[in-house]
Amino acid sequence: MHDKTLTELAAGLRAGEFSSRELTQDLLGRIDRLDGRLNSFITVTADQALATADQADATRAAGEAGPLTGLPLALKDIFCTRDVKTSCGSRMLDNFAAPYDAGIVERLANAGTVSLGKTNMDEFAMGSSNENSFYGPVKNPWDFDAVPGGSSGGSAAAVAAGLVPAAMGTDTGGSIRQPAAFCGITGLKPTYGRVSRYGMIAYASSLDQAGPMARSAEDCAHLLGAVAGHDVRDSTCVARGVPDYAADLDAPLSGLKIGLPTEYFGDGLDPAVASAVREAIKVYESLGATVMDVSLPHTHYAIPAYYVIAPAEASSNLSRYDGVRFGHRCEDPTDLVDLYKRSRAEGFGEEVKRRILIGTHTLSEGFFDAYYKKAQQVRRLIRQDFLDAFDEVDVLMGPASPTPAFDLGANKDPVSMYLQDIYTIAVNLAGIPGISVPAGFSGNRPIGLQILGTHFAEARLLNVAHQFQQATDWHLRRPAFAEESA
Amino acid sequence: MQWETVIGLEVHVQLATRSKIFSGASTAFGAEPNSQACAVDLGLPGVLPVLNEQAVAMAVQFGLGIHAEIPEVSVFDRKNYFYPDLPKGYQTSQMYQPIVGPGEVEITLDEGATKRIRVHHAHLEEDAGKSLHEDFHGMTGIDLNRAGTPLLEIVSEPDMRSAKEAAAYLKAIHSIVTYLGISDGNMAEGSMRCDVNVSVRPAGQEAFGTRAEIKNVNSFRFVERAIEFEVERQIELIEDGGEVVQETRLFDPEADETRSMRTKEEANDYRYFPCPDLLPVVLDQAYVDHLRDTLPELPADKRARFENEFGLSAYDAGVLSASRAMAEYFERVKEVCGDAKQAANWVQGELSGALNREGLTIADSPVSADRLGELIVRVLDDTINGKAAKQVFQALWHGEGDSADAIIEAKGLKQVTDTGAIESMIDQVIEDSPVQVAQYRDAEPEKRGKMIGYFVGQVMKASRGTANPQQVNAMLKDKLDALC
Amino acid sequence: MAIEHADVLRAAHLARLGLDEGEAAHYLDDLGRILEMVDQLQALDTEGVTPMAHPLDATQRLRADEVTETDQRDDFQRCAPAVENGLYLVPRVVE
Repeated sequence: MHDKTLTELAAGLRAGEFSSRELTQDLLGRIDRLDGRLNSFITVTADQALATADQADATRAAGEAGPLTGLPLALKDIFCTRDVKTSCGSRMLDNFAAPYDAGIVERLANAGTVSLGKTNMDEFAMGSSNENSFYGPVKNPWDFDAVPGGSSGGSAAAVAAGLVPAAMGTDTGGSIRQPAAFCGITGLKPTYGRVSRYGMIAYASSLDQAGPMARSAEDCAHLLGAVAGHDVRDSTCVARGVPDYAADLDAPLSGLKIGLPTEYFGDGLDPAVASAVREAIKVYESLGATVMDVSLPHTHYAIPAYYVIAPAEASSNLSRYDGVRFGHRCEDPTDLVDLYKRSRAEGFGEEVKRRILIGTHTLSEGFFDAYYKKAQQVRRLIRQDFLDAFDEVDVLMGPASPTPAFDLGANKDPVSMYLQDIYTIAVNLAGIPGISVPAGFSGNRPIGLQILGTHFAEARLLNVAHQFQQATDWHLRRPAFAEESA
Repeated sequence: MQWETVIGLEVHVQLATRSKIFSGASTAFGAEPNSQACAVDLGLPGVLPVLNEQAVAMAVQFGLGIHAEIPEVSVFDRKNYFYPDLPKGYQTSQMYQPIVGPGEVEITLDEGATKRIRVHHAHLEEDAGKSLHEDFHGMTGIDLNRAGTPLLEIVSEPDMRSAKEAAAYLKAIHSIVTYLGISDGNMAEGSMRCDVNVSVRPAGQEAFGTRAEIKNVNSFRFVERAIEFEVERQIELIEDGGEVVQETRLFDPEADETRSMRTKEEANDYRYFPCPDLLPVVLDQAYVDHLRDTLPELPADKRARFENEFGLSAYDAGVLSASRAMAEYFERVKEVCGDAKQAANWVQGELSGALNREGLTIADSPVSADRLGELIVRVLDDTINGKAAKQVFQALWHGEGDSADAIIEAKGLKQVTDTGAIESMIDQVIEDSPVQVAQYRDAEPEKRGKMIGYFVGQVMKASRGTANPQQVNAMLKDKLDALC
Repeated sequence: MAIEHADVLRAAHLARLGLDEGEAAHYLDDLGRILEMVDQLQALDTEGVTPMAHPLDATQRLRADEVTETDQRDDFQRCAPAVENGLYLVPRVVE
């Protein structure tokens, strides 16, 4: 059961081949046996999962099951879950059980899904390798020397290793798409505002967006349909109808206009990645698509702009972790400033501190205009690049990451780590949707093809991704780790 | 040297919404600590703000009330600083694009003269919680019930030139917000709080002196006293060769002085930037027009109407329009009795006197505007005389009857205008007062006018106050003069 | 724009992050290189470009003024480090 897609498992449940309890038990057993080596979960909620699975089976028996009823999944530990530890990968929240469920957690529960637990992540979603977790790094199931990507590395690794068929992640600068690429799964970052951020612990509020990570575009379509839509508790979540994302998956691609941003194929792109992406484009051409070069002239400025905007927002968003109302508090504070300084110094890890310091510095008097205002202006130019491109083409395609998964410990320097996100970060600045689909390998490490669409074009992206998966089998490949230990 | 005082005020008004500015928690005052602090107010991880439409409407109403520009777009910013009563580590406020643009407030000075004070802008923000300094084993307790209560911060230009003007401005703001019903204006409960910027400069000098900011001056009286003290302090300091330092000071009402807050605190750097959790607030013209059309008449307009339409003096018009409750009471009395001047006299005289004696506000008056109006009608139609009217008022005040008429009837206060009855009382009084009659007769004719008072008093006494005094006076004069 | 040791200490204080001297030196080095990367922005002419705070051109939705929250103090304070009589406790704040 562990290597099936969500769609296949749904069919199995419908046909009565197995119950949700059996499926849940099977996966919990795998987590128990395998995750010690992977470290993809921070918290496994086995008892709750079994109880929910039983409810799902009862619902099905009563003839009231929906399409997702009884399907297991995992949640990145950034989503608040009532009375369940919600750590955000940080010592700061190691003792925090959220008093409420996040918007998407409610929706997934209402859809009858069964959460198996909370997945590991870079602390406060700051990272591209999952090495920044208080709970230790996650291994890439394809190659234990490699990182799974980040920040949703636990979600990606768990799905790839067959511990769970799907997981929810969040993406602020590539945190769904890049780990999906590194772990050979499909990951969708929706349009900013498509999915509620309520109860999703904020890193950079104007960039953060939750999305599904699964074994196929079709699975992502079903999950997005379940979590998308208006939430009155999030002012930035749009009141806009949610289409049936699965409805047009089979639409033919003839006439599809694909743009290849020349800036996404320049220096620094690993040759294996470049060739895998070129091969994928050929597949699309064979499916009737036309391909043209386009330019996103401000691509080069996306990382600099991001490393002003995201840390600025983060420095403010993370001020609430002060040791007063929840979270880590230092022992015996001598005074108020000591309480703040020690609680925060002890509670936050190095990368989080680095970004808080950068954000605090760039927002401070005398620097605001040169950094923050400038970055906001550049952000508009970056968005305009995309809007101009989408006047010409339906979708953009390119690599999700310049290289396949790199080795654990390979990027000690923060700047070189930041540069890994060159192809994903502009998407968040512009607020458009993007999906990464498996498109090949470099040795035993997967390569992701990134497909971008204009605002709210998720249905189109999923259709384009699904058609690729109908024509290729990269998404069906499973790491040896998942099989040898079955 | 002659010194000129320059004052600007930042007034924080708690808006009278039911729920908080960014959450659905109650704003009611006085609840158990932290029982009205929801996840959003506490800044728990993952929760987000959603703006209260009533807070927006109230801010716009205020803006319209001071004839301010209402910009189409306003934006919320974060003001970042750490303090235990500030749960998120930032206050959501409006730094760059406030909801209310420049406007002006008319203040009335003692002599009835008016002056316009410019308002720089007013912006929406969230209130902080409270630190309780009682001893919790050497710790401070934090109550976040107040956190997230909507505040409108009204920032004046430095247009005030005396403590009295500042107090008058604060009263004018109080009166506007209570007229509009957007705040209860209760300064004792902190619904209205005020920071005062004070500087002095040599008379005639254009450049401003260095200012001190006096924080949290929370009564009209304290504003005057704090400014008076601060002005004196600054002048003395300069005249002694010193310099005013730009700093924050606290007013201590016990000691009647302002004190420097610790200056070791480094300059704040609030790192304002647009709140990414809130989108720009866009107000369309139709919405603003609708609020404008439904705005109640404001104190300045009322005062002008009382003067022009009712012929009241500037002073009377000012007093009667000072609060919405007072103005509404007065207008109702006037409507019932039909005589604005009588209504003004009664409201400011008998009624205000009684209220003051018992420490009541007009809203608590035991005599309703309708009852008072009906009483005045009975004076105007000569049913009772002025003296009896005061008796009737007292009886109404003490709940001795449901209406003026009932009391007049019960107490037999109806004015006697029957000539025959009055004549017989006069005859009796003349008969009983031979000495006074003789004195009257012997007096110089020009002094007799004063002496007649004695006889009027006796007749009124005999009538138990019910005789028409004018009638008694005229008839007595005729009778006595006939005896001379 | 170069960043100096004092800037790091100032930012750390504003952000209430305790740093010792060694850490401050380490972050100074990192921040210097990050800002150098960020400084590429200065090469771009952005004259007349309106800063963009949100990726969508959406406007704020307003919430009806209704009390929708009930008292959940006990739930919320379960994860609080120090509470007494319903109050959150902090080291004495000197006014």
